[in-house]
Amino acid sequence: MNFKTVIMASVAMLCAAAPLSAQADTSSKKIALSNNYAGNSWRQAMLTSWDKVASEAVKSGVVAAGDAFTTAENQATEQAAQIQNMILQGYDAIVVNAASPTALNGAVKEACDAGITVVSFDGIVTEPCAWRIAVDFKEMGRSQVEYLSGRFPDGGNLLEVRGLAGVFVDDEISAGIHAGVEQFPQFKIVGSVHGDWAQDVAQRAVAGVLPSLPEVVGVVTQGGDGYGAAQAFAAANRPTPVIVMGNREDELQWWKEQKDANGYETMSVSIAPGVSTLAFWVAQQVLDGQDVPKDLTVPFLSISQDTLEESLKSTQKGGVANVEYALEDAKAVISGAK
Amino acid sequence: MKGFSARLLIPVISLAILLCAVFYLQPRTMSYLGLNLLFNLAVPIALATIAQMIIMSVNDLDLSIGTFVSFAACVTAAFMPETPLLAIAILLAAIAAYAVLGFVITLQSLPSIVVTLGMSFVWGGLAVLILPSPGGQAPDWLRSIMTVKPPLMPMAIVASIIIALVSHFIIMRTTFGVAIRGAGGNGRSLVRAGWSLLKIKAAAYALAAFFAILSGMALVGLTTAADANIALRYTLLSIAGVILGGGEFVGGRVSPIGAVVGALTLTLAASFLSFLHISPDWQIGAQGAILIVVLGLRLIFNFGKRKGSAS
Repeated sequence: MNFKTVIMASVAMLCAAAPLSAQADTSSKKIALSNNYAGNSWRQAMLTSWDKVASEAVKSGVVAAGDAFTTAENQATEQAAQIQNMILQGYDAIVVNAASPTALNGAVKEACDAGITVVSFDGIVTEPCAWRIAVDFKEMGRSQVEYLSGRFPDGGNLLEVRGLAGVFVDDEISAGIHAGVEQFPQFKIVGSVHGDWAQDVAQRAVAGVLPSLPEVVGVVTQGGDGYGAAQAFAAANRPTPVIVMGNREDELQWWKEQKDANGYETMSVSIAPGVSTLAFWVAQQVLDGQDVPKDLTVPFLSISQDTLEESLKSTQKGGVANVEYALEDAKAVISGAK
Repeated sequence: MKGFSARLLIPVISLAILLCAVFYLQPRTMSYLGLNLLFNLAVPIALATIAQMIIMSVNDLDLSIGTFVSFAACVTAAFMPETPLLAIAILLAAIAAYAVLGFVITLQSLPSIVVTLGMSFVWGGLAVLILPSPGGQAPDWLRSIMTVKPPLMPMAIVASIIIALVSHFIIMRTTFGVAIRGAGGNGRSLVRAGWSLLKIKAAAYALAAFFAILSGMALVGLTTAADANIALRYTLLSIAGVILGGGEFVGGRVSPIGAVVGALTLTLAASFLSFLHISPDWQIGAQGAILIVVLGLRLIFNFGKRKGSAS
């Protein structure tokens, strides 16, 4: 026991001596993650990333606690109660991935009134006292067309694979894609199907529409649907167009096989689940007394021809390409928003 | 009077034990602010539980309470601040719709579970139509009611006591309340005594809709905005609350005070588990375990009582 204490003390000394002690202001602060849903690979990766970065930060004394809480059911009322419990538990900052952009506002306001920093990400809240780390889904759609304009300066026909109808994210990405086509008028969207962000649905939907389509040079997607689209083209014996991928492991794997076989080139873009760690560091920066703008934007995780192998290696089977953000990344995002 | 207190005993004891456990785990909750944060989201649940209890007292079950409360919340958030008259008109129409439902269910002897399950899609669809994307705004008066800081006791406790007393008076002390419970206990004898079962059940459904609307409004007052899925959980929570509070599925045996206590207990159970740092994977199971323990206590208690009266 005594020996253990000595070890602990020396570790603590070492940590204190480390350069991280520059943020010693937050060493007594407790940060909590309020998460509304954990039922898919993206959310699981998000929680794992949080756990990894938060426990390291606790170990090195940057913060006192970084606990993650997930509501049992994906319900706003339950998450509001969870946030109120966190207020009672004495956390200094609450990082939220919200079940609803508005239904948590009352609880978020209670937290702000109690002097707690609230940082929302991915599923953001509209309450003005909270910080928002939002995804620019429009830009995600537009950037795909921009990439294709580099590959095909003369333009051509595009097929659009959309997500789940009626969901905000689907509308936003699609709006971005259409804005991109307006910006690069040499392209024309000749077909649009809903793939529901699932490979099997996307494959069926694309296979159904393919016979009626003219030659297609590119497929713009929303993620989770690129592999299915590729399978549909292969099954119809049509030349494989440039299909933009969405960072899923099966998509990257397929891309790698094609690249090795015939030098296939494309790009892949999505949001890294590790964005939770970005939110963690933003919360830490706010607690540290830094001047942080209320609205920040999540950087995309793009994979190019050159970084494909590296990304694939670090991506779990059936998972999503991920990256954990460090304090420096958070600082860059903050200064970029100023 | 004796039956009334026995029915209430177990829910009150369960609530007291849970409350002590929460105080022990998190002493910060033992304050004005703490109690309010602990219980303020229980106020809409308590109102929804009362609504469910009224339906259950006429031997029916309402599987659309959750979507109906969401619908009421959407109407409140979307229309109440700008066009209050329109909002009130829609809500009155909703109460009328509930009365018609009660009427039709009784007239055709339809199973209420099926009818209300069907209606839940109607309310859900209407809620999405009214508020296609999450938003709206709580009217200022509603927000100030829900965040008022009365002396001595926090709003959540005061509101719970008022809800319990008012609904106790309506259901247990008025002729109308006796008729409702009679319809569930023995409808035929009620008809023989000259009452109209149709009218009673229609009125009971309308009263339930009224409490459900209050629940939706209270929820908007707390959250400041609404979305179409905001209260889906309330369907099962309200049924659990009624049963936890000493009510029964058949026979018009209900207890309004018990229902409010049941709603508070359910809310507290969730906080208790979260203070215990139980992993979310186990939380649903643990919540269920608490329910089973409380209901098990009641079974043992009832069994002992029956044995006692037999001997």
